[in-house]
Amino acid sequence: MSEELHPFETFLRREMIPHIWCDGCGNGIILNCYVRALKDLDIDLNKVVTVAGIGCIGRISGFTNTDSFHTTHGRAVAFATGVKLANPELKLVVISGDGDLFAIGGNHFIHAARRNVDIHVICANNFNYGMTGGQYGPTTPLDAWTTTTPYGNVEHPFNLVHLAAASGAAYVARWTTLHARRLTESIKKALQKEGFSFIEVITPCPEIYGRYNKMRTGIDMMNWFRKASEIRNQSDPAKAEITPERIVIGEFLDIEKPSFGRLLRDMTTRVQEKMRKGR
Amino acid sequence: MPVRLWRKPLDADKIKIPRGEIHIIKERCKGCNFCIEFCPREVLEESEEFNEKGFHPPRVKDSNNCALCGFCEAVCPDFAIFTVEKNCEGGC
Repeated sequence: MSEELHPFETFLRREMIPHIWCDGCGNGIILNCYVRALKDLDIDLNKVVTVAGIGCIGRISGFTNTDSFHTTHGRAVAFATGVKLANPELKLVVISGDGDLFAIGGNHFIHAARRNVDIHVICANNFNYGMTGGQYGPTTPLDAWTTTTPYGNVEHPFNLVHLAAASGAAYVARWTTLHARRLTESIKKALQKEGFSFIEVITPCPEIYGRYNKMRTGIDMMNWFRKASEIRNQSDPAKAEITPERIVIGEFLDIEKPSFGRLLRDMTTRVQEKMRKGR
Repeated sequence: MPVRLWRKPLDADKIKIPRGEIHIIKERCKGCNFCIEFCPREVLEESEEFNEKGFHPPRVKDSNNCALCGFCEAVCPDFAIFTVEKNCEGGC
């Protein structure tokens, strides 16, 4: 290895770098933005837990030098809820894919958002199941080609930001990997927020999704993001569409709301007081 | 020419554009070329040499052009490039 040291070296497990992701994949950019946010906020790494599910991006838990947790398929949010309630001092960051969070773990996600559990979810949306060979999933756009939709997808995709906002999240944003700076700022904002925050990151998957959709390299997919993305901060997430012509990104929701952990602690102290007085 | 280009900022003479020094960790590069494509000043180009994985790492074309925006560092998925400010006290 070269003797030059990257400024983020202490935030990564050096023996695991270089990571396993393909060339042109955007997961590395998400990792980059995440560790930059941790560095900028100067958070104690012993107080951060990175939880990841199954999928390409699931390997992120092995690359960050925080405490980390690689969980069963779809259960990243459920495990994170448990960790947060057991030790409220920790900062819980769930980084997982669209298939893991919304197909297999869909119910965990919506109920964690409804309860407003104090966890921060970053979803890498690459429009398909990349790790298993590019099958179509709940976020594959209409008419897109994948290995299991060789004539085009006939199902309507999820609008993830709308789903999160409707379920009750306190902070909802969507960025692409090309908007690395805005994404970093957004992660920083989400990490300081109390309650459930959700950031969807649209990620290039040139090896599998791009290959079927006439975007063979990471640069082709990033250029599509550059051409199609439109920043609409504070707009209605219901209208935030993803089509080949238009990707609506931005910060959609940022509200204050008491978190589940706080309400639970308040209730516990109230009941304990009542019991003491009663006796 | 658009308005915003022919009006010069009033403090343009006082502002000094920082100069960046680019460090490339060649063995880590996977040749995605994001840094080359998205550099706003076209400082980098693809080199002809191979690294140990068989990819062409980027090469600095003109380091005097680098204005230390740091976007190559932000957009690199492999932590293979970073920029530091060049010490220009003795002239660049």
